[in-house]
Amino acid sequence: MSNPENYTLQTEKLSIGYFHKTGNHVVAKDLSFSLNKGALVGLVGSNGIGKSTLLRTLCKVQEPLYGKVIINEKPLDTYSFESLAETLSVVLTEVPASKNMTVGELVALGRQPYTNWLGTLTESDKTHIIQALQATEMLPYKDRKCYELSDGQLQRALIARALAQDTPIIILDEPTTHLDIYHRASILKLLKTLSKNKTILFSTHEIDLAIQLCDQMIVMTPEKTYFGDPCELIEAGCFSALFPKNLIDFDGETGSFRIVK
Amino acid sequence: MEKTTTYHKHFFALSILLIVVFFGNISLGSVSIPLKEVAKALFFLDTEKASWTFIIQDYRLPKALTAIMVGAGLSISGLLMQTLFRNPLAGPFVLGVSSGASLGVALLIMGASGIGGAFGLLLLSKWSLVIAAGLGSLLVMLAVLAVTVRVKDTMAILIIGLMFGSVTAAVVGVLAYFSPAEQLQQYIFWSFGSLGNNSWEGMVVLAVCFFVGLLLSVVTIKPLNALLLGENYAKSQGLNIGKSRLFILIATCILAGAITAFAGPIAFIGLAVPHITRQFFTTANHKILIPAVLLSGAILMLICDSIAQVPFTDYTLPINAITSLVGAPVVIWLLVRKRKLLF
Repeated sequence: MSNPENYTLQTEKLSIGYFHKTGNHVVAKDLSFSLNKGALVGLVGSNGIGKSTLLRTLCKVQEPLYGKVIINEKPLDTYSFESLAETLSVVLTEVPASKNMTVGELVALGRQPYTNWLGTLTESDKTHIIQALQATEMLPYKDRKCYELSDGQLQRALIARALAQDTPIIILDEPTTHLDIYHRASILKLLKTLSKNKTILFSTHEIDLAIQLCDQMIVMTPEKTYFGDPCELIEAGCFSALFPKNLIDFDGETGSFRIVK
Repeated sequence: MEKTTTYHKHFFALSILLIVVFFGNISLGSVSIPLKEVAKALFFLDTEKASWTFIIQDYRLPKALTAIMVGAGLSISGLLMQTLFRNPLAGPFVLGVSSGASLGVALLIMGASGIGGAFGLLLLSKWSLVIAAGLGSLLVMLAVLAVTVRVKDTMAILIIGLMFGSVTAAVVGVLAYFSPAEQLQQYIFWSFGSLGNNSWEGMVVLAVCFFVGLLLSVVTIKPLNALLLGENYAKSQGLNIGKSRLFILIATCILAGAITAFAGPIAFIGLAVPHITRQFFTTANHKILIPAVLLSGAILMLICDSIAQVPFTDYTLPINAITSLVGAPVVIWLLVRKRKLLF
């Protein structure tokens, strides 16, 4: 297990936050975790705890305050944006700036790291695009405009774009927001299927669904950040530490939260 | 995946239309010349009257070619700005390019009265207007580009561009307030825009700027497509945002700046043509949109110019009024029909 080749994304004593002239603002510190190859990893924590800050740091959008991020045995800061684009793809909370694209065009943009200066698609690019559309069940909507899609379909199209980018790691920021329970479950099931040959890290508020599906979880609490497989984390009582106990409490038996009566 | 093939018909139709409109534009004018003689003059054959050859070769032909470059250039820079600023209302002049040119011309025309005498008259030659407009827009562009290096937020750049525009417009207003009526009139005539004042020498300068701007636009096709996703997604696909933004801004500035210098501030074309084009080319891919917008812009400008000529009369209406009269209803019509403008 300790063989580094098994891991795709690792952090060592990582501190995240923002640089300030008058003392840095530390959002979370001492984050050490190693994500397995082919693992579906859920990141949970209450609002404002720093989930997005952590994901931004892992995607090289912002610098870590301290510590290291290691991707495929290479430190993150040795990656250029171009080489990182072939290693890590993202699904953000924001929708595409232009919704006038068809789903096919949107997914085709995922091939940009591999195309020439004019963005011409080769046969292999087209194969990747079709495969990404098939995997997300979006092939029938290939010629639909993005503004014609439902929230759930748009989320699938954005996941298809990340798939087309053909990276060993995909990071998703709250992919299930704004969706009903059926579509939340279907997106998470999709991620589970896709994680067979990729490492997928996503942040979510669906703690009970995540516990059922994830291979590994990162639990961010105000005191400490826990990492491990869901069952271990339940036994260690980590989920109870997520929120103040005056309103809701975690029930280890059912793996869900109960309102304190 | 890419529907390039299905647009061949569209491009073919637009090309034919461009040729038709081009010859139509040349054969119409205050002097009626038979079509056969127009064709003769265009192919450098002798016409019945020497004056006809002169009218066609030295007035109407450069005017039509200017119209093509003005329409195509403004439309492309409008498309670039709409994608860069993620705003369907953006046009080539959002960065204050036209107000910069206005300031240059206003300073020249209304400032020249202060210098007076023969020197003042010399200042008012045609080339000096072009140079003043060019310098004015160059100045504002450099200011905007200098800000771009410091400011990373695209929306902030848009607002700063609008602010530069307001400041220069205010300075022009102050100058106008203190100017004698004659100079004021001359300035207003410039602001009406004109395609017909271009000589063959001017054409060469305009054409060089046009092709440099066009080349830069073609180079930015891939970054423009990435920007359709938004800047964060574009970055995650390995795009260098800062460099791409600079290229797009420079392309727009060269196109809009040079065109404004030679033809005055031409309204609405840059805003309206990309939207009209999107009605027929239902793609967001700039590889298709850039040539499509280029052809449509050229066609629309030639049509506007033909209308402005008021065929077979001695009247020439201000081109700027015609483009607004044609452009504004089209945008309103699109909004009423579609209820929203997409980019």
